[in-house]
Amino acid sequence: MIVNDFFMLMKQELMIFVIIFILLFIKIGKDRSAENLLYFINALLLINVISGFILPSEGMIFSDMFKTNSLIMLEKNILNIGTLIISMQSYSWLKNHKHMIEFYILLLSTLMGMFFMISSGNVLMFYLGLELSTIPLAAIANFDLDKRKSSEAAFKFIISSAFSSGLLLFGISLIYGTTGSLTFSEIGQHITSNPLQIFAFVLLLAGFSFKISVVPFHLWTADVYEGAPIAVTSYLSVISKGAVLFVFVSVLYTVFKPITEIWYNMLFLLSIVTILIGNLFAIRQENFKRFLAFSSIAQVGFILVGITGSSQMGSASVIYFVLIYIFSNLGAFGVVSIVSALTGKENISDYKAFYKTNPMLSWVLTIALFSLAGVPPTAGFFGKFFLLMAGAAKGNYILITIAALNMIISFYYYLRVVKAIFMDENNQPIEKLHVPILPKLALLICVIGIVCIGLMSGVYEYIYSLSTGF
Amino acid sequence: MNLSLLIILPFITAIVILFCNGLKQVRTVALIGSAVQLIMAIMLLIQYWNERAIGNISQMVFEYSCVWFAPLNINFHIGVDGISVAMILLTAFVVIAGVLVSWTMETLNKEFFFLLIFLSMGAYGFFISLDLFTLFFFLEVAVIPKFLLIGIWGSGKKEYSAMKLALMLMGGSALVFVGLSGLYFNTNINGTHSFDVMQISKMHIPLEAQLLFFPFAFVGFGIFTALFPFHTWVPDGHSSAPTAASMFLAGISMKLGGYGCLRVATYLMPDAAHAYSWVIILLATIAIIYGAFATMMQTDLKYINAYSSVSHCGFVLLGIGMLTQTSITGAVLQMVSHGLMTALFFAAIGMIYSRTHTRMVEQLGGLLKVIPFISSVFVIAGLCSLGLPGFSGFVAEMTVFMGSWQNPDTMYRTATILACASIVVTAVYILRAAGKTVMGPITDEHYFHLTDATWNEKLAAIILITGIVAIGVAPFWLNDLVTPGTEQIMQQLAQAISLK
Repeated sequence: MIVNDFFMLMKQELMIFVIIFILLFIKIGKDRSAENLLYFINALLLINVISGFILPSEGMIFSDMFKTNSLIMLEKNILNIGTLIISMQSYSWLKNHKHMIEFYILLLSTLMGMFFMISSGNVLMFYLGLELSTIPLAAIANFDLDKRKSSEAAFKFIISSAFSSGLLLFGISLIYGTTGSLTFSEIGQHITSNPLQIFAFVLLLAGFSFKISVVPFHLWTADVYEGAPIAVTSYLSVISKGAVLFVFVSVLYTVFKPITEIWYNMLFLLSIVTILIGNLFAIRQENFKRFLAFSSIAQVGFILVGITGSSQMGSASVIYFVLIYIFSNLGAFGVVSIVSALTGKENISDYKAFYKTNPMLSWVLTIALFSLAGVPPTAGFFGKFFLLMAGAAKGNYILITIAALNMIISFYYYLRVVKAIFMDENNQPIEKLHVPILPKLALLICVIGIVCIGLMSGVYEYIYSLSTGF
Repeated sequence: MNLSLLIILPFITAIVILFCNGLKQVRTVALIGSAVQLIMAIMLLIQYWNERAIGNISQMVFEYSCVWFAPLNINFHIGVDGISVAMILLTAFVVIAGVLVSWTMETLNKEFFFLLIFLSMGAYGFFISLDLFTLFFFLEVAVIPKFLLIGIWGSGKKEYSAMKLALMLMGGSALVFVGLSGLYFNTNINGTHSFDVMQISKMHIPLEAQLLFFPFAFVGFGIFTALFPFHTWVPDGHSSAPTAASMFLAGISMKLGGYGCLRVATYLMPDAAHAYSWVIILLATIAIIYGAFATMMQTDLKYINAYSSVSHCGFVLLGIGMLTQTSITGAVLQMVSHGLMTALFFAAIGMIYSRTHTRMVEQLGGLLKVIPFISSVFVIAGLCSLGLPGFSGFVAEMTVFMGSWQNPDTMYRTATILACASIVVTAVYILRAAGKTVMGPITDEHYFHLTDATWNEKLAAIILITGIVAIGVAPFWLNDLVTPGTEQIMQQLAQAISLK
């Protein structure tokens, strides 16, 4: 029975484990052509995604250290889908990379770390998962081996991660000291507005803020995003952020429920600052990756607005938004990664008159940017709308007014890119690109996701039925 | 009649356009699509009359509702009353005229017609929505195509104008969003909230909430309809846009705002409408007078029409702000009339520009001798704009003034007198522009070789003139169509007074 439980509950982790092993065997085996291998690996990841949806189960094992339920499985599936899309998009880049298999092994290790983190029922387990998800990520941030910027990015990332882990650990130790427990459910019962506990909470919040790059803990983001290979950047911006957000919401809504008023005010301030700074800096960016870095900071600010609602709607909207954000951001990153891999151009000004030579890619990029900006009928509109509605549920109209007005700023910089693509003149536009089949497929998935997830209300209703709030 | 056809049909047309090749196919599909739209709009009018004739007195007819987002109680709820039918008719007229004047669009024609039709889908969806979420959805759907239409196919400082327009309209919808969410959370139906216009109208939103959220909703929608001081996108946007986009912008999209002010702000928050009516009147009067005087100084035909649009849309807001039955009916008439008239005006300007390659009044002259049809269209549009009896402008503005005068307050009467006086200014700039452009000596020898309107341009102009004259000569049908809708709004406003 226990063995059965083990296999059922940890199904998704085990699946990734198996894939990592297969990759290890391939690595020690004889050389194969990189292209076939990539198709094979993507097929494995596809199986991984599909297998995540079958046989949902619920329960806890390892003396409540590891828990899972339908919501957690859904969150893991969302991350799986994102990883598959990223893997397909990096085809052109990985095809010529000599350490392709190691890349996948490290990537999947971090994914597994995130799974453990999401499933954790215990602070130690959470920390373990977090570290497992962070350290390999620093290694693959350095995967453009001959670029100095890449190793600089990796170095910045590992240092800031270590710092935030330190803050988290300090917070955890104080929590342990004041509550006498490491289990989330027990900690929740012992949280009062004791100043030491609030201090501990602030430390934890700072640690989380580092991971999801909330202002003022965002300074590493742009540099790391710019330096790291695009596959890693997109992974950092959607998957890694999404996983931490999932945990963040559940920790706030369950463990720190007794001090809601305190964290509500903190999140209120943080969200305003985050949206504003993210937006204002995004306006000035010339490099596409830095641009997306700041835009992703602003997006996190919007997510925080949704979290402040602390209702079922809040939790559902955050998960829903992350799902949409994965498709929209990866749609944008997908085009950028194709262009970067085939031409090496990464500046927004290079995209001038992009529409004349690559109409299809332009439309994909435009749709993705519109979704990020929150323009209907793309899914981003629904995501933002529900996030802000969740924020307004507590009657905090000041917050959503500020957020709604900030949408205008964000609108400006997304439209600036659209303007470059469609309206500007360029003597040397990016030539007509031949896009391989896998990245094409990935972009198609993104566009379908962007168009369908919003209009089809079933997705939101499903997530809503699984979520809890108070 | 199944109203969702009004959304589905443009959608299908737009999708089919994407699979077409070459200008001929694209424009044929677009024309067929918009012709079917027009036929459907006219059928809707006839069926609406039938419904009323057989004694259907429900407020909205052809209602249809299905659940969209169940957890938030968001429904896809559509239905029409007389006001919406009038707006849908207006949209259908302008869309087909817009397609016809873009008949020879050279560059990226597939994308151009796709966006035009997509925009019309947003407008139809907006006018038939009875759920605030759906309404907001379609309001924003109609913004982005404008950005691309102006930015890609426009002229002059098109990028600047496109960006300004998109950001200001987006700002408007951001304010609308706050207003709507405020309404939503102040409704309470057995513990759940509602976006449904009909449901919200039946319950009484607390006065404080109304006073707080009315400005958001009204100013938000007001930006779309050139509420002073948020009118600055109008001149730039209109003058940079390609002809069809100008027609859509002035003819349809500014009406989204007026309709929203009426249906959402005034209808759902009647107490606040009473409380803030003096502000609306003030801003509307400023817009009317300022718009009229600003037009006098313009030398570019498109700017003339754009600033006069600010002035004319001021009448819409004035009518709404006066809060009498007649004035609100007048506001709706003015929306329809201005939509048709300004579309015709822009069409005529577009035709002149495509031949003479200038829109400057001083460079034009004597066009009536070489291109009589286009010049006549231009003069008709101008005369309608200045409110000549027999055209729709007279009927609409007259109704607004009559309604405004019914409001006995001194300040309101002063505003009415000032607004009336602006008609003189209108006459000055219209007659001056029309006189200089079409009469007098021919200023450029190239003009001798100009060709008159082609069949498609003639058809577009005739369609719009038909609408204008139909309202101008026999205003009763439109008046009767709109009145039941405005009566409902008046009931709502009367209840608000009695609650005080």
